[in-house]
Amino acid sequence: MTNRTNPPPQSPGFPINWEDEHQVTRRTFVTFLLLLSTTFVASTGLIGLLNWLRRRQASQLAPLRIAQLQEIPIGGVTLFHYPTASDPCLLIHPSAEIFLAYSQKCTHLSCPVLYQAAERQFYCPCHAGRFAVEDGRPLSGPPKRPLPRIEIKVTGDEIWAVGVQA
Amino acid sequence: MEFFVDPSRCIGCQACAQACAECDSHRGISMIHLDFVDRSSSPQTTPTVCMHCDDPTCARVCPADAIKQTAEGVVQSALKPRCVGCSNCVLACPFGVPRYIPALDQMMKCDMCYDRTSAGLKPMCATVCPSGALYYGSRETIVQMRREQPTNTFVFGRRVVTTKVSLMVSANTSALEVDIASFLPSPEDPSAGNNPQQVAA
Repeated sequence: MTNRTNPPPQSPGFPINWEDEHQVTRRTFVTFLLLLSTTFVASTGLIGLLNWLRRRQASQLAPLRIAQLQEIPIGGVTLFHYPTASDPCLLIHPSAEIFLAYSQKCTHLSCPVLYQAAERQFYCPCHAGRFAVEDGRPLSGPPKRPLPRIEIKVTGDEIWAVGVQA
Repeated sequence: MEFFVDPSRCIGCQACAQACAECDSHRGISMIHLDFVDRSSSPQTTPTVCMHCDDPTCARVCPADAIKQTAEGVVQSALKPRCVGCSNCVLACPFGVPRYIPALDQMMKCDMCYDRTSAGLKPMCATVCPSGALYYGSRETIVQMRREQPTNTFVFGRRVVTTKVSLMVSANTSALEVDIASFLPSPEDPSAGNNPQQVAA
């Protein structure tokens, strides 16, 4: 065999050996941990910021006329959308002089809740979640958070939605 | 334990290819090829197993990081989730080992039955070869048994390739030199490309 020199081999951008592929250096691991924790902190901060913005917006919502007093009998219910068209809400009239409004989205998985006047509760048919009519607190089932309450103002004989209590 | 290939002993019985296709990891598809040396003039066949180069060209040219070499020097077949079926390895391998399987859009090649050889068993093809064209055992044994001697050094032009698998060549040959120019068809003799000559150095 004649003496030859191999031309310089092409350098791959990744290890060819299995062991090199599976080897994780301490520096790589610590970098990974740092990036992971940074991601967690940043995402938590982002969620907090979005919630703060949402609350800030909720206090500056434009009022919406829902219905007239005589349109809703005692035990009756009216569907309206507030603050946006994709936010269904229920206005209920459980007893004389009392009007309450809540978001219709179940706080478990956003199914629409149903008003059951006889049981004085909101019932979610998806997973049998129940909420109290008085304050929207969860009574049973998967929901852990109360239904968001819609602030109501009665002006003359008109009922207006003026804000959202998250 | 090493792998030795002696093409001159091959009788073309296809036992190796059948045995290879039996394996559960690639059932129905043989990773060993039985190639005719020059079909127009001879029935001589040669079993083509992966030579498991020390510096695998297939892995070097893979753009998808799909071909890996183990600590023992076994070059694995393309990793299924990574292989993009580009056929770079098929074109780059000097021994013509990798094959692109269109039905799977994957490259598949011999991995020296890694599941068996890593556990101390022989590769399937070597266990069934009736003529000893494929032999898996100790170097001392085969040197005593055969007239031919094993070599694992191949010269392709300016590139010297050393392999884990050895080829049985005549006793006075230290390395197998492949005259690449003889593979290329020339204007004077268009058939030259179909009639490669291997020259013992």
